[in-house]
Amino acid sequence: MTEALSFELSRPAVDPPRLPEADVSGPNPADVLPRDALRSRPPSLPRLSEPEIMRHYSRLASLNYSISENFYPLGSCTMKYNPVVNEAAAALPGFAGLHPYQDEDSVQGALELMWRLEQALCAVVGVDRVTLQPAAGAHGEWTALRMIAAFHNSRKENRTEVLVPDSAHGTNPASAALSGFHVVEVRSGPDGRISLADLESKLSPRTAALMLTNPNTLGLFEREILDIAEMVHATGAMLYYDGANLNAFMGICRPGDMGFDAVHMNLHKTFTTPHGGGGPGAGPVGVKSELAPFLPSPTVERSNGHLVLDHKRPQSIGRVRSFYGNFGMLVRAYTYILAMGGDGLSQASQDAVLSANYLRKLVETDLEMPHEGPCMHEFVASAHNLHDDGVRALDVAKALLDRNFYAPTVYFPLVVPEAIMVEPTETESRATLDSFAQAIKEIVAQAKTDPQGLRDEPKNLPVGRLDEVAAARRINAYLQGQSDDPVLRWKAPSEGPS
Amino acid sequence: MPYLVHSPEDRAAMLETIGVRSMDDLLVDIPQSLRLDGLQLPDGLSELETMAQVSALAGRNRVYPDRLTFRGGGVYRRFIPAAVAAVTSKPEFYTAYTPYQAEASQGTLQAIFEYQSLIAELTALDVSNASLYDGATAVAEAAMMAHVHTGRNEVIVSGYVHPEYVQVLKAFGDGRGIKVRKDGEPNKKTAAVIFQQPDFLGLLVDPRAITTAAHDAGALAIACVDPISLAILAPPGEYGADIAVGEGQQLGLAPSFGGPHVGFIACKKDLVRKLPGRLVGIAHDARGRRGFVLALAAREQHIRREKATSNICTNHSLCALAAAVYLTYMGPYGLRQVAEVSFKRAHNLAERLAALPGWERAFPERQFVNEFPLRVPKAPAVLRKLSRKGILGGLEVGRWFRELKGVVTFTCTEVNDARALDELVEALRS
Repeated sequence: MTEALSFELSRPAVDPPRLPEADVSGPNPADVLPRDALRSRPPSLPRLSEPEIMRHYSRLASLNYSISENFYPLGSCTMKYNPVVNEAAAALPGFAGLHPYQDEDSVQGALELMWRLEQALCAVVGVDRVTLQPAAGAHGEWTALRMIAAFHNSRKENRTEVLVPDSAHGTNPASAALSGFHVVEVRSGPDGRISLADLESKLSPRTAALMLTNPNTLGLFEREILDIAEMVHATGAMLYYDGANLNAFMGICRPGDMGFDAVHMNLHKTFTTPHGGGGPGAGPVGVKSELAPFLPSPTVERSNGHLVLDHKRPQSIGRVRSFYGNFGMLVRAYTYILAMGGDGLSQASQDAVLSANYLRKLVETDLEMPHEGPCMHEFVASAHNLHDDGVRALDVAKALLDRNFYAPTVYFPLVVPEAIMVEPTETESRATLDSFAQAIKEIVAQAKTDPQGLRDEPKNLPVGRLDEVAAARRINAYLQGQSDDPVLRWKAPSEGPS
Repeated sequence: MPYLVHSPEDRAAMLETIGVRSMDDLLVDIPQSLRLDGLQLPDGLSELETMAQVSALAGRNRVYPDRLTFRGGGVYRRFIPAAVAAVTSKPEFYTAYTPYQAEASQGTLQAIFEYQSLIAELTALDVSNASLYDGATAVAEAAMMAHVHTGRNEVIVSGYVHPEYVQVLKAFGDGRGIKVRKDGEPNKKTAAVIFQQPDFLGLLVDPRAITTAAHDAGALAIACVDPISLAILAPPGEYGADIAVGEGQQLGLAPSFGGPHVGFIACKKDLVRKLPGRLVGIAHDARGRRGFVLALAAREQHIRREKATSNICTNHSLCALAAAVYLTYMGPYGLRQVAEVSFKRAHNLAERLAALPGWERAFPERQFVNEFPLRVPKAPAVLRKLSRKGILGGLEVGRWFRELKGVVTFTCTEVNDARALDELVEALRS
């Protein structure tokens, strides 16, 4: 079952939608604009009636897995239930209808929400101030590093290196490089935790920051975090917290207390704003007071009971996106925090840890467990034990898809061969976890009896495994001028060579 | 508690299966000195109480009716077909993850592929990516592409580009050692010339002249464009711009106090490998069935790490879906109708406003589409008066440009009906 492209469904005879007429006298563009300012031919957008459009997108929707229907055991992604009341809150006309350049007097409710959300996030992660401007996690990482760079510059210190563990998410080194830093990798030890000896050898007066997530991407808590913080601070560097794994310990402990100076959070992970098939998210950054002067502008400040946007901040790193961030996502996250409260958030993290350890226990004899437990909110297993049967982590992932589960994160972190990273979250029932474990057992058993069957998975989805190598070859041919097929977009067949 | 699924009995049974006595046994790796006893936050609320609190905050904001909103400056009121929300509120779309498992994500992947195709058509360029955060970061990402492509360290911002876009560009540039220069001739240090069409004031620039000057200096031309204006204005591909970027809010997204919206970016073929973020392409399975996959991932952070073209991971997929539904609903002629109605009404309004005593067109020699600058005597008092009458008047742009003190830009679209124009003019006359 596949669906034609809207462009392929298009029929030139379809009437355009009925839209208002101008109802006032005024010129047409062609009457007043010079000819070369005008478009020479209309864009080839599809022409479809509304019934056809709605059916097209309904069919596309049916081709997707989603958290509303499927369990997403996606390590490092925190795919939890997206409360529907959040959507209702963001759609309130008092929020959705606000123009960003209205007078401050007329948006006090919106600024109050931002202020309260900042306070709540400060309480959860243990920092002094938070910027809500970054649009996503990677954007938040980069924002934090820009602040750290500005901090060192303000002290006339030339620090050019950022340390990143080998188990880190790819956005960490990318964000560091885009902030102008050299990336220095720090190795993990055999227990899956950062090697203090290696860290010691890499720290220097050139070090601007260490980027860390805790628990780390293996789901393990860095037990020596207080020592790590002391080592980093002793060299004059800053400690940055990647908030990907914040769901592990709300109400249990706080990055600020561990010694982190800057903390980014993913509202689309921990605070239930939906992933939207890849965004929009929101990536606020919290900082200790010494970094606060460098926060992006504007900040929200309270002055005599009135909330204002403060643009006059001479040490600020500037603006990292237009307006005030992904406000609609801020509304959703704030709604979630209100509903959960301090008690609910604490229980959520405890349940997340409980569920991960429970699921780990259920599958520990089926897959390899490269590191000792207990884990925090996620664990990393390895399909290395299926290697001799010719079955890989990817095959396990695809076989799970055929059993109506989304796949775990595979081949990440890079330090574990054939990694299968599982994060169940607090919103999956014990029954779901049991049936997932059962599916893993069946797949592992099938690896012995019918490995080819696994390599052919998935069989029950709209398409089977797609040949990305062949696709890349066709794209190359296009980019090198050897083919007219762009592969990356639809193109009218009648247009001929470009 | 809301959204939690385990009962106390479940928890006890799960601990027993794990083989530990209490949660504390699972948290042994956390140093005791770090352990908290809960959060300093109020306890949770029922849904009824939650919505009461959130609604009370929403109620403290003033929302102007669409038809009486004449303020733009990068965020515009437009007619949004009901089809847009009907599609984006499908949980299969909004609660799906990033489409890394292609076979289980064909709906999202195909929708993004269609979005890319629509943006490429609209801009008349070869390839569009899957989306960026907003217009501002799209400008900054385009400048980074030009920097990498040319190996040069300076970008020129030509004319009145959205001031917040320039601020974001500077913040991005600071990290990469890229200087941002305001106006002036491009030279051999210039990686790109960036201009906005129509510009921040709503006025048309001469994109052909700017593009030619950039190319003559070996620099790229980056056009920041209004997507709806492209139904009538020459698209970047027609005048030879290398990269087109812009803000897609007008394509079916609510103002929402500035976000989430969507940044778009499209480029010529020879720059595709330098595009930031995700790209969806066509692939086939073993049975020859067509499907869609994330393509050219070797540019991206999860593969290339510190050598990636950008750090972007999560983008604005759902907003791109909204834009795709909007553009598909409108089609080429619906989009043109929207642009032409806005054009006519804006020109009608401009004439009537410029005729008010003491009011005059700023830059009367320049053309505009549906946003235009006026010199307005006692502008703050005028805007306050309009506000008292329930009208969100134009935007004072002097806060960003000292030389434009007293200049107010008004915007007019298909939502400002003929009667709304009369109401605005009457309110100003009274």
